[in-house]
Amino acid sequence: MAEAVSLSGLAERIREVLADVPDPEIPAVSIVDLGIVRDIDASAPSVVVTPTYTGCPATAVIERSIRAALDAAGLPNVAIRSRLDPPWTTDWITDEGREKLRAYGIAPPPASASLRGRQPVACPRCASIATEEISRFGSTPCKALWRCKACGEPFDTFKCH
Amino acid sequence: MSSNISEPLDAELALREALFRYVLRLGDDSLILGQRLGEWCGRAPMLEVDLALANLGLDLIGQAIHLLAYAGEIEGAGRDGDRLAFHRDVLDYSNCLLVEQPGGDFARTIARQFFFSHWQLLLFQGLCGSTDETLAGIAKKAVKEVAYHVRFASEWIVRLGDGTEESRRRILSGIDWCWRFVDELFETDAVTRQLVATGVAVDPSGLREAYDTAIGLVLDEATLPRAAPRRGVVGGRQGRHSEHLGHLLAEMQFLPRAYPDAVW
Repeated sequence: MAEAVSLSGLAERIREVLADVPDPEIPAVSIVDLGIVRDIDASAPSVVVTPTYTGCPATAVIERSIRAALDAAGLPNVAIRSRLDPPWTTDWITDEGREKLRAYGIAPPPASASLRGRQPVACPRCASIATEEISRFGSTPCKALWRCKACGEPFDTFKCH
Repeated sequence: MSSNISEPLDAELALREALFRYVLRLGDDSLILGQRLGEWCGRAPMLEVDLALANLGLDLIGQAIHLLAYAGEIEGAGRDGDRLAFHRDVLDYSNCLLVEQPGGDFARTIARQFFFSHWQLLLFQGLCGSTDETLAGIAKKAVKEVAYHVRFASEWIVRLGDGTEESRRRILSGIDWCWRFVDELFETDAVTRQLVATGVAVDPSGLREAYDTAIGLVLDEATLPRAAPRRGVVGGRQGRHSEHLGHLLAEMQFLPRAYPDAVW
């Protein structure tokens, strides 16, 4: 019983550490917000992370950031594993993560991939839905470039994936 | 040694060898086209296209990282993905000939992408159901990205085909050049046959009809005629490449060749 309590305590501790690890490309959100952290196993102990895009250069940086954060928290024994299947989807971005993206100036993806293209993209600055795509490919693999016709500002949109 | 022990062992080894060669082919396709697209970086006709081509290349290199690492694992000879990418020469590469073709003008690059991505999408959709879990996992991840590549290339086919006199002339010429390398994508040989029988691979010849339909719809929208029949050029899967691949590898492999075992 005592062991079970300490295990769940360790899992919670690991989660807290990971919740402070920012995404290297979009530091406004953490890797937990993005849904990259798939599993925390306190008994192994290990964490499982999943890459957002196969060629995303941030993947290696994320692993190093997790390692550094775990080391700093006195948790050097936690193994980091990578899992490809099931593939990451923007559906896994938390509500908090979506709000942080919007506040940062990036229009979040629709709540479900099934809504792709059927939900208007709202400008993260003025909330107008009079928006248009400029370029489907943006500054990182996860973003597209859009423009607001109401306030005239260009902005990034997180691609539905 | 009695034969009833060694025979199943031989069969297992043969299947392993076939799987290695199959995964290597897929990894080589992605790596070489990824490198080709990288050649456009900073040179594309406009910024959005520059970003797009670099993004596509990045996706393909991401696929190659996973596929070549897996190929090295299957082979079990201590070669990792980097070793396979940077320490093999032309004859050991098994990519299809289409991906090693030089970019030419923007229209030829779009034609090459159009023919390749439509094929890769169908192939990876099929591989999502592979009995090999690792291969299925890679396919499930990649299929979402390739769907973007298909949309990008198809939209440009329409824009160029149904655009100005010059854009139309150029895309027709790009399609004409690339079309001769399309038959090879649907080739079946001993490697694929063995793996199709065990549910690991997709029979490429079975994808042809869906492929012709898909590209035909886009060509119609682009007001472009179907490509004129041409005798297909093949041989890439067996290591018989055009002269272009050697030049590409010389550039891509320069650093590991000049400074063996260099690390960051």
